[in-house]
Amino acid sequence: MGFHQMKDSGGVVVVRVEGQLIVGNRQELKDLIGGALDRGERKFLIDFARTGYIDSSGLGALVSLSKRVRELGGELRLSGLNEDLRSLFELTKLDTLFAIADTPEQALANF
Amino acid sequence: MTSPLQLCVRRTPGSGVPAVGTHVHVRMPSDIACIEQTVSLVTHHCLAGTMASERLRFRLQVAVAEALANAVMRGNQEEPGKSVLVEAELFSDRICLQVTDEGIGFDPTQVPEPVRPEQIGEGCGRGLFLIRKLVDEVYFNEQGNSICMTLRRR
Repeated sequence: MGFHQMKDSGGVVVVRVEGQLIVGNRQELKDLIGGALDRGERKFLIDFARTGYIDSSGLGALVSLSKRVRELGGELRLSGLNEDLRSLFELTKLDTLFAIADTPEQALANF
Repeated sequence: MTSPLQLCVRRTPGSGVPAVGTHVHVRMPSDIACIEQTVSLVTHHCLAGTMASERLRFRLQVAVAEALANAVMRGNQEEPGKSVLVEAELFSDRICLQVTDEGIGFDPTQVPEPVRPEQIGEGCGRGLFLIRKLVDEVYFNEQGNSICMTLRRR
């Protein structure tokens, strides 16, 4: 379980969530994105292709991060949600709040 | 390293069907760092020997994770001296789960709907809503410190 961070050639910070995004590690993700914001990064993609499940605290962390990134003039996108993970966003109507792409490549194409 | 979790699995002999007649008890400390391991343990014992769909596995994992987070953080207020008990009873057509904390309980009817337009942008308050959406039946004990959830094996 963990977060893997890289920067693509277009300057987008890509974070891959491996394992779960839950109450026990949401602060780690918030710190990671917060640190990048402090360094001046403004474009973020969080990829869930290797994620098992997300709980409501994980969803809440994404909402808070998205808000903070937007307030600083940036954008946070999501990708790689399988059918089950996507259903969590649909049930909570968070699919209306985020730009969600099927793959990281699609998300990065017009970032 | 010794696990902080206490596990007890009791099987009623002669049912002939894997997992049926099994009772699983897991006691965990009030520590959010223990939630993922507890979810994994409960899921493993609830689905062992069955042809569970990925959808059922996912619903079970998220529902248990939510119930544990509520129990640890809201019920027990993360007090180190308190614990959370997870009990599962397995049937051929369903899984019955009960998660109990040592808190004073709460009134589940007073929890606001997180999908109202004014609530969608909030950073918290989706746990109970998700449980209600993912499992087939939910009810609380009178005190409000124990949640019972039923998931049908479909």
